[in-house]
Amino acid sequence: MSGENLSEGISVRGVSKSFGSIIALDNVNLEVTKGTVTALLGPNGAGKTTLIRILTTLLFPDSGTAIVSGYDAVRDARRLRSIIGLAGQNAAVDENLTGRENLELVGRLYHISKSEAKARSNRLLSKFELTEFADRRVKTYSGGMRRRLDLAASLVGNPKILFLDEPTAGLDPRSRMALWSVIKELVKEGVTMLLTTQYLEEADHLADRMVILNRGKVIAEGTSDELKSRVGGSVLELRLGEPRELEQAVKAISGLTNGGIQSNSESGIITIPVVDGTSILVSAIRRLDEAGVKVSGIELRKPTLDEAFLSITGEGGGRAGLKEVV
Amino acid sequence: MTKDSRTNQITRSVAFSITDVLLMTKRNLLRYIRVRELLVFSTIQPVMFVLLFAFVFGGAITTPGVSYIDYLIPGVLIQAVVFGSNQTGVGLAEDLSKGMIDRFRSLPMARGAVLAGRTLSDTVRNVFVVVLMLGVGGLIGFRFQNGLPAAVGAIFIAVLFGMAFSWISAALGLFVKDVEAVQTAGFIWVFPIIFASSLYVPVETMPEPLRFFAQLNPITVAVDSVRGLALGGAFSPPIIPALIWGFGIIAVFMPLSIYRYLRISKESA
Ligand SMILES: Nc1ncnc2c1ncn2[C@@H]1O[C@H](COP(=O)(O)OP(=O)(O)O)[C@@H](O)[C@H]1O
Ligand SMILES: [Mg+2]
Repeated sequence: MSGENLSEGISVRGVSKSFGSIIALDNVNLEVTKGTVTALLGPNGAGKTTLIRILTTLLFPDSGTAIVSGYDAVRDARRLRSIIGLAGQNAAVDENLTGRENLELVGRLYHISKSEAKARSNRLLSKFELTEFADRRVKTYSGGMRRRLDLAASLVGNPKILFLDEPTAGLDPRSRMALWSVIKELVKEGVTMLLTTQYLEEADHLADRMVILNRGKVIAEGTSDELKSRVGGSVLELRLGEPRELEQAVKAISGLTNGGIQSNSESGIITIPVVDGTSILVSAIRRLDEAGVKVSGIELRKPTLDEAFLSITGEGGGRAGLKEVV
Repeated sequence: MTKDSRTNQITRSVAFSITDVLLMTKRNLLRYIRVRELLVFSTIQPVMFVLLFAFVFGGAITTPGVSYIDYLIPGVLIQAVVFGSNQTGVGLAEDLSKGMIDRFRSLPMARGAVLAGRTLSDTVRNVFVVVLMLGVGGLIGFRFQNGLPAAVGAIFIAVLFGMAFSWISAALGLFVKDVEAVQTAGFIWVFPIIFASSLYVPVETMPEPLRFFAQLNPITVAVDSVRGLALGGAFSPPIIPALIWGFGIIAVFMPLSIYRYLRISKESA
């Protein structure tokens, strides 16, 4: 039974996993359609790595099923391994081997011929701009080079399904762009991909769909537009004339919504997620006027993905773990 | 599926498993060749012990019927392979902590290849160290005195004990996981059994309680076998007990390591 008739993508149903008393995954459901890219977003400790490890047969779930390209990640683990590629959260490359030796070893362990392993390694080395360093020991590589080599290693087996756990963490902007373009190329070739990231912009840029994980639970999913619209419409942005009046201003308008107010003391900008934009705009101006706070600008606009994310993960809850792309 | 194609499939998967083990063995051996400290530790260190005991302490130790150098070299063979086997666990712990084991476990390679490749490469290294020690011994006057078959038997016992201690170390590495802790833990318990044995001095010279321990010590059994096979004469080698110890240790610690390795899927890494 090869399971050809089942979904060719990824299908996670009711997966839970605990480590002692820590619930890392709590009844997670997730579908990734063949040939698409899904980003798994969430703050540190959300359970992203745990889910990736389950899908790549490294960890068994306590309950639920994980089917990847028709193969059960527990029962058909062996066959599944031959069609997936994994770049884990930390670069797993052998320091005592050269870059080329690392790729050729992984290639041979996928049971491709020696000459084919050599050819693919060469191609990948040049794709990731490592040709120049191919015959140096990995010990001498920078963090970014190791990361690129690790990604190259995940591709040696020509995987149908690729798992990337925070692939651009620790990369400089240039390497990040290079990686993004490699990912886009792979998608054109029909590779199905699940990648985790803490960078919203990255998810927005690369992924067809996003799944937001928080404390082991899927709390939202959809395209970036769908997630933005989940915030409930718009965002009211107020720019204060005097940033030091911020506290006073926030106090004055705090009764207008139930939470979600973000403020920045440096720029003097306050943002409020709003449903009925116009009426709140009017009352906000009135209240600020009564409090004697000067407003230099006011705008009612669509929420950014960042704001959508904050509102979904709960105020402050997701903030700590999330980063801006630099 | 026809019988033929099934046979083909089995042949293929056996061939792949062998390739996997050999690839892993080669990878591990490259580590020994390229990491200078490891090469130094596993070669210079036993040589230092030979020179130290042969020329500094040797004069004060009386051995029945043979020169101290002839007495010493068989013991040092065992010491070199037993100390060296600590690298099995250290290497595994290192691969675990650096995510290499995850990488290998996500590949369609044979499940046992990581452990088999690790112990096989350590055995190859042990053969090399044994030959090196015999070379050094030869330079300072050590000679096999009991014929070629017995000499081969002596080398076999030494390599067998190296393998046995490699499996103990593998289990330790997979349970303890922390590289430095494995390094220390692997050394601390080996040190006393090396010295409280017939390795450097005849056990008859030891005080009563220590002598009792030394006589039961598997290191004594191994050393006495190697020594008896190498020198003959008055030394009768306890070959059967040595084989029982060697294979017995493997019979316990190999399954334990494999069990532990496979369990990693059920917990953390
Ligand atoms: N091997 C482990 N042992 C114990 N707890 C773990 C282990 N792996 C992960 N956890 C815990 O499970 C939770 C989810 O972790 P993880 O999947 O690594 O999150 P993320 O990748 O989203 O940062 C965290 O609370 C983490 O501490
Ligand atoms: Mg993670």
